[in-house]
Amino acid sequence: MANHALGAPRLTGPQPVPKSEVASGAKTQAEPLVKAGSSLVADRVFFLAMLGCGLCVLALVALIVYELVTKSGLSWHAFGWKFFFRSEWDPVSEQFGAWPFVYGTVVSSILALILAVPLAIGVAVFITEMSPRWLRGTLAFTTELLAAIPSVIYGLWAIFVLVPLLRQYVEPFLARYFGWTGLFEGAPYGIGMLAAGIILAIMVVPIVSAITREVMTAVPQQQREAVLALGATRWEMIRTGVLRNARAGILGGVILGLGRALGETMAVTMVIGNRAEIARSLFAPGYTMASVIANEFSEATGDVYLSALVEVGLALFLLTIIVNILAQLLVWTVTRGMPARSHV
Amino acid sequence: MSSGATTATMDSTLLPSLSLRRRLTNFLATCAAAGSVILVLVPLGAVFGYLVYRGLGSINWAFLTQTPKPVGEAGGGMANAIAGSALILLIASTVGVPVGIGAGIYLAEYGRNRLGNLIRFTSDVLNGVPSIIIGIVAYGLVVLTQGHFSALAGGVALAIMMIPTITRATEEMLLLVPTAVREAAYGLGVSRWRTTLSITLRTATSGVITGVMLAFARVAGETAPLLFTAFGNQFWNWKLNQPTAALPLQIYTYAISPFDEWHRQAWAGALILIILIVVAVSAVRIAAGRGMLKGGN
Repeated sequence: MANHALGAPRLTGPQPVPKSEVASGAKTQAEPLVKAGSSLVADRVFFLAMLGCGLCVLALVALIVYELVTKSGLSWHAFGWKFFFRSEWDPVSEQFGAWPFVYGTVVSSILALILAVPLAIGVAVFITEMSPRWLRGTLAFTTELLAAIPSVIYGLWAIFVLVPLLRQYVEPFLARYFGWTGLFEGAPYGIGMLAAGIILAIMVVPIVSAITREVMTAVPQQQREAVLALGATRWEMIRTGVLRNARAGILGGVILGLGRALGETMAVTMVIGNRAEIARSLFAPGYTMASVIANEFSEATGDVYLSALVEVGLALFLLTIIVNILAQLLVWTVTRGMPARSHV
Repeated sequence: MSSGATTATMDSTLLPSLSLRRRLTNFLATCAAAGSVILVLVPLGAVFGYLVYRGLGSINWAFLTQTPKPVGEAGGGMANAIAGSALILLIASTVGVPVGIGAGIYLAEYGRNRLGNLIRFTSDVLNGVPSIIIGIVAYGLVVLTQGHFSALAGGVALAIMMIPTITRATEEMLLLVPTAVREAAYGLGVSRWRTTLSITLRTATSGVITGVMLAFARVAGETAPLLFTAFGNQFWNWKLNQPTAALPLQIYTYAISPFDEWHRQAWAGALILIILIVVAVSAVRIAAGRGMLKGGN
């Protein structure tokens, strides 16, 4: 993406990653030529300033953990582990349980993945293996443009375009032909779990497909040539030569998408219906952990109420962190050894 | 990379000997992949199409210069929200960009050790934290300390979101600068800090600016962390310690309201938001391409 800027140094060809030993070695040699004292002090100050910035990142994460843990203490002491398995959410009598939110978050995210993953992998396969060369860059850019649209604009679009579409056409259709599954029952409001899943899917596709493309590109070209030389068709080559080799990384991309879906707030809040209920039907409204914080945090009266909301936040934080770390590890197993490159 | 062309020729020579089933599978898989591309491009087109279709008609001079009118009155605009967003983003960039670039420099130039790995890992963790959580933290950090919602709190929340993106982008771009360039500077007796700032960082400027601009574009549309930090405001506000309107917040409030007039304004606001993001991004791009980069000396 930014490689054009490095035109001048590029003329010297690919270079190894700089080693700090080389740098410090060079410096000691250079020192006699300059006023050693001032430069040493300046170097020291500069190093400390940069170190400070680096430590800021550590401090921020520590701060997030500290804030969440201390502010949720009240709710933790009142409800303990049961907080996550109770369905009651009653600010008046100060009884709080996060189960409907956990359920809504997990179901909407999984629904999103079910819809998004096949599409995202299809897009990645098409762009890396099938598309004509002139189309490749444009397609990659266009699909990633989906990731640049702010969440609130997706929400706005979903309210006025997606939800009416679901209400008038898609949900009656699903209820009529797939109603027997029990997943598509009840009045088609448009707003509800299904709408949230679809809008999340649209937001997750660019992430999963970007990572999938990256790990597919990391599969050595010889793999493809070897499979083709054995007489495979193009699809057989992609399936056995590329996808199978990249599967750990693709799984990582999928999990990274899950992490994004779990924490997504605005678009979901605008279409999921915001009712703390658990229903089997996907037409029914739901509530997610992120949306309950978004809706109720600034209006929460009472310490326990606020503390319960922060505890929901803490749970969401831990969930996304675990998911993201898992995803990183999986992606690394495939792309390790690849040169540094922009993920965006 | 040349698999496309290679495969085409191989297919044609091998086709006669392939079973129908295999050819059919190959054809269907190709169709499925192409189909999924089309299916993904449809919502993209639909979102942009609707933004222009619904938004363009509602943008007028009043919308850009007036504050919101009370419910039921037609007219009014989002001028205060646009200004508020600018204020919040200015605060966020002032705090987030230097820290992010500094941390990136640390990782690239001094970070080949355990502490560096820890910071790298933490920065990826921070990148994955849901934006609403950042909002809670900024609330505890600034709003509770100050006693009320404020532009500053919103700016701090967005700054926290910018830092990890900028850090990793800066690091990646600095690592692309060849060692030979650094060694050349050292060889001329340039001190290390001067080399890093004037040679390494300068060479990588455009990449770093791209990273900054991506971080900026990412937070410019953020709503969730502003809900209980900047909070929103129906009037003009330039004070850092007062609740401030922001464009994404205003879009959200109007979108979930029951009034047609407000819906219309929400679309207009959304179009403005997208345009602002695109303009900001291109402006930085152009400045980077012209000013600091041309010479590199």
